[in-house]
Amino acid sequence: MSGTVRFVLGSELRELSDVRPTQTVLEYLRTVEKRCGTKEGCAEGDCGACTVALGEPDEAGEMHYRAVNACIQFVPTLHGRHLITIEDLRQADGSLHPAQEAMVRTHGSQCGFCTPGFVMSLYARYRTGEPPDAAETDDLLAGNLCRCTGYGPIIASAQQMFELPEPQAIACEQPEVIEALREDSDATGLELRGGAQSYYAPQTADGLASLLLEHPDATILAGGTDVGLWVTKLHRDLECVIYIGDVSDLKAVQQTQRGLEIPAAATYADAHDAVGKHYPDFGELIRRIGSTQIRNLGTVCGNVANGSPIGDMPPALIALGATLVLRKGKERREMPVEEFFVEYGVQAIEPGEFVERIILPLDGQKLFKAYKISKRFDQDISAVCAAFSLDLDDGNTVREARICYGGMAGVPKRAEHAEAALQGKPLELDAVKAAMAAMASDFTPMTDMRASAEYRMRVAQNLLMKCYLETQPGTQPIRLAGSAGIKP
Amino acid sequence: MTSAPATNENIRGAVHTSSIHDSSHKHVAGTAVYIDDIPELPGTLQVYIAMSTRPHARLASLDLAPVRSAPGVACVLSAADVPGINDASPVMGDDPVFAETEVCYVGQSIFAVAAPSIDEARAAAGLAVIEYEDLEAYLTVDEALAAKSFVLPQMKMKLGDAAQALETAPNRHSGRMRIGGQDHFYLEGQVAYAVPGEDADVHVYSSTQHPSEVQHNVAKVLGVPDHAVTVELRRMGGGFGGKESQPALMAAIAALVVRNTGRPAKVRLDRDDDMEMTGKRHDFVIEHDVAYDDDGVIQGIEFMQAARCGMSADLSGAICDRAMFHSDNCYYLQNATITSHRCKTHTVSNTAFRGFGGPQGMVAIERVMDEIALQTGRDPLDVRKANLYGTGDRNVTPYHMTVEDNVAPELIEELETSSNYRARRATIREYNAAGNILKKGIALTPVKFGISFTNTFLNQAGALVHVYKDGSVHLNHGGTEMGQGLFVKVAQVVAQEFQIDIERVKITSTTTAKVPNTSATAASSGSDLNGMAAQAAARTIKERLIQHAIDAHNVPREQIVFLPNRVRIGNEEMSFADLVNEAYMARVSLSATGFYKTPKIHWDPMTGRGRPFYYFAYGAAVSEVIVDTLTGENRVTRVDILHDAGQSLNPAIDLGQIEGGFIQGMGWLTTEELWWNDAGRLMTHAPSTYKIPACSDRPDDFRIAIWDKGRNVEDTIYRSKAIGEPPLMLAISVLSALTDAVASVGGYKLLPDLDAPATPERLLAAISGLKARAAS
Repeated sequence: MSGTVRFVLGSELRELSDVRPTQTVLEYLRTVEKRCGTKEGCAEGDCGACTVALGEPDEAGEMHYRAVNACIQFVPTLHGRHLITIEDLRQADGSLHPAQEAMVRTHGSQCGFCTPGFVMSLYARYRTGEPPDAAETDDLLAGNLCRCTGYGPIIASAQQMFELPEPQAIACEQPEVIEALREDSDATGLELRGGAQSYYAPQTADGLASLLLEHPDATILAGGTDVGLWVTKLHRDLECVIYIGDVSDLKAVQQTQRGLEIPAAATYADAHDAVGKHYPDFGELIRRIGSTQIRNLGTVCGNVANGSPIGDMPPALIALGATLVLRKGKERREMPVEEFFVEYGVQAIEPGEFVERIILPLDGQKLFKAYKISKRFDQDISAVCAAFSLDLDDGNTVREARICYGGMAGVPKRAEHAEAALQGKPLELDAVKAAMAAMASDFTPMTDMRASAEYRMRVAQNLLMKCYLETQPGTQPIRLAGSAGIKP
Repeated sequence: MTSAPATNENIRGAVHTSSIHDSSHKHVAGTAVYIDDIPELPGTLQVYIAMSTRPHARLASLDLAPVRSAPGVACVLSAADVPGINDASPVMGDDPVFAETEVCYVGQSIFAVAAPSIDEARAAAGLAVIEYEDLEAYLTVDEALAAKSFVLPQMKMKLGDAAQALETAPNRHSGRMRIGGQDHFYLEGQVAYAVPGEDADVHVYSSTQHPSEVQHNVAKVLGVPDHAVTVELRRMGGGFGGKESQPALMAAIAALVVRNTGRPAKVRLDRDDDMEMTGKRHDFVIEHDVAYDDDGVIQGIEFMQAARCGMSADLSGAICDRAMFHSDNCYYLQNATITSHRCKTHTVSNTAFRGFGGPQGMVAIERVMDEIALQTGRDPLDVRKANLYGTGDRNVTPYHMTVEDNVAPELIEELETSSNYRARRATIREYNAAGNILKKGIALTPVKFGISFTNTFLNQAGALVHVYKDGSVHLNHGGTEMGQGLFVKVAQVVAQEFQIDIERVKITSTTTAKVPNTSATAASSGSDLNGMAAQAAARTIKERLIQHAIDAHNVPREQIVFLPNRVRIGNEEMSFADLVNEAYMARVSLSATGFYKTPKIHWDPMTGRGRPFYYFAYGAAVSEVIVDTLTGENRVTRVDILHDAGQSLNPAIDLGQIEGGFIQGMGWLTTEELWWNDAGRLMTHAPSTYKIPACSDRPDDFRIAIWDKGRNVEDTIYRSKAIGEPPLMLAISVLSALTDAVASVGGYKLLPDLDAPATPERLLAAISGLKARAAS
């Protein structure tokens, strides 16, 4: 394995052999590179002031650029990638990039602190060549908070930048700058030791499996949208980190006979389209997770593996009867996703074992609805997340109801009493009301900063009613978010 | 739109044009330097401030020996190490830099550790052994009220005889509401970087709205004269009031480390520490008792305002005063008694935030308007219009100031028409009557905001202008740039005076070494005060140039005209630069200070009478919302704003202030919730839990106009009006629209029990409560 982190910063190759494995990209940029244009606003991936563009080659060697949060990325994860920061955007003649020029012309900056992050989000979009529509613009910018402008001028910039003359000769965009990355033929992956810390980035699932046998207590790092915060917020020292973002055979979401297979390194962004095609509400749940930057990094499997009771993937996966594939060495075992969650803080996983993939059954017969309740629509954590999978016979009778909630217990949990109240009944108002009442026996939610116990229970019940109403023929949209929502 | 090109007819960057923000090119390129971006000098120490974990406790023991012996630690400072006065407060002397015998909130500074890296400093701080003896803590306004725990004495304002009006009027209602606080969430957290100088001097780069106060506090803490301390900043990454009094603590601690080590020192709070350690907008409990006639015209009203001030006075006196000053908003209250309690709680000391108490006072009276409308069955807009101040009579405020510039009736009329309010309201009523799960609401609310610091002495400003031999200009004044566009506006004023392109005017860092004894850039006063001061300085120099031209060219004064980038002297024209150089050769001083103090204002808090405000800024907004009655989720779907910026100095900048202020106010009243646990710890201390508006929260249909009839009747800088704070209160229309939507489930007969912020949870509770009341 190689002990040198090789990446391209702007238009220059960087080779770092003496790097602390958990040093964040943001800290590195600001303190080592003295690139102070990238800002720290929150150090948890919520404000976007640290947004940078990260290019990664696909299997064909084609580079794909995404906006990510530098504050929760560790420097070694840059290995084999191309990092572009705000300092790189000027054109050869010193003039501004269209993403920058548009922000100037629209008066898109006030205090200016969030501005480089917005510009980088705009820049990543600019590289796709596709002007965003209104909904896409909201998604594009949801991960960048601005406290000054009210967003209007920035939204306008997302359009205007495509109307400006194309930029000329930006150094970091020249094809030769990434040639150095292709020269790196070492296929065994990165291995670093920094003092008491070690870091491994295997390139195959087999390699990952055997590394985990050697280091059963290692921290598995995928997108870093959770683990990154262990470092920036909890100030934990991670002794051994195994990064799975370079594992090439755990990235692609695939449709098989068993359903949609979502492997460990597949990000939310990777999974969104495939999942949303079959289950639009599940796609919408993914869209509501974090922000563009977070969805470009975070993984669906990580949202299960971290065991959180308020992750948004588990309720939907459980309601749809998804299966978890756990792997230890060469051994694999499967379990329904719900069995993974034993109790708060306890998951059915052994040392040395990892979540290799999730298999989401594709059953077009079932009615599937999902809802996320939070204080803010975008980039918020659920107070309550609800997923309903209803198997109805031709006579509208419920053959099977699978109802799962996040935020209602110490684990994502099915509403068994409510399910029972619906089972075998026609899906009608009486049965729904009975199920809502039965739900009181399913949960004893807690009060915290996201919601009170009372609200959680009431809204959990009401979401079942909403699900029912949405199944009624001819119902106008009764949601306020997403493509199934109202159009004001 | 960028500034118009210069021609023979016009300069670039004249007043009343939409010059771009002076730093916008640097903002977008990442080259604008904030305090944490200044290259650190060798040997710079990073400082971690260790905080109390208890809301109220005696510090039984504090053992810092393990901290001192930790790796890398260069110095550890606590109260005993303060050579001067252990206080970083703005006024009252009650904000210790380090807690002494007692801690009074979770997050209070106890000691500080300096080390080469912040990780080392933070790790070392964790080794301290602290023993607390818990004392009784008041964590809410209600607890403090019950215990009569106050930071300052109660205040009263009185007009007429409210008690009698309440007894005799045909209709009377009373109510109570809670109005939540707000975290500033400036994107750039609190930061100070202190560098040692000669003697006992220290130079502090501080992200502050109030360099002079930071200077005075640092000097006081170090025990040195003010002259030994220089405070400087080029810009802040947002302020919103949160960097008025709060930065003194960080600056003082950085300076103490400099004093103790002789090394440069930086204090930069991370987001969580910032949100726990520093002050926020005051949350209020406001009770009202109102009497009105059958048309809904208020006959008398009593307000009881109780504010969470936190553990010290900070600026709470003036903030609570301003809440009282704005309990009328645009309405004539004829008989009013306003009582204000400044509650001491064991939570972080509350501080300035855009609007400075005004928004809370206004929310309460707008809720009264909504209540009267529901009780009388009238359109809330008609109730509001019936209660507006008159222009010749019915124009005395509860603090006995006559409103002389009332444009609210005219402006509201215009907005009512342009927003199509009546027809939309009718459509909404129909929609709601159809029994939808989603309910819509609409409301028009006005704003009248008093402009001037209510402490009259603060209404002064200074500027310093140099003209160099080449005709380029160095501009400095006491105002600070936090994104609001003050610097470009003041530069426009100077460019206008000299008739030179704005690029010829160099905007420079605010520093206490150039302009002393400044007031905070606050109270929306920045361009009013500093624009006038800079104009005065420019005019002094201009007058010298004119005098020189009269003498040297032997022409009468009236034949000297400043044209764009040139000057006509008699029949000749010469460039501005040539005239300047000529004046220099003739030994004319080309540097001047300017000074301004606001005229006409006075205020006597003892009698509750005076003219605290030079003038009022006005505006109005129509907000339309939609609410999900199953979940309480909601969206603001359309907003129409008409705002009076006087004759705007810079319409683009002012539009930015209007939109940004509105969205910030909307966040305050909807998604932004401060939530403390039972142990007195703020649990919403990062953006993961504290939700300011995101991009998609902006209404899709957002129509903002600066009122084209706007003109300040007072002689302000080019007849413009202050713009910083007033637009925030336009967002009260959102709360009223939500109230309107919820009221539909009770058949528009009952006032929903809706506190702020109107989170989905509060809205659903209000809906459930109203349904229950309507059924009973």
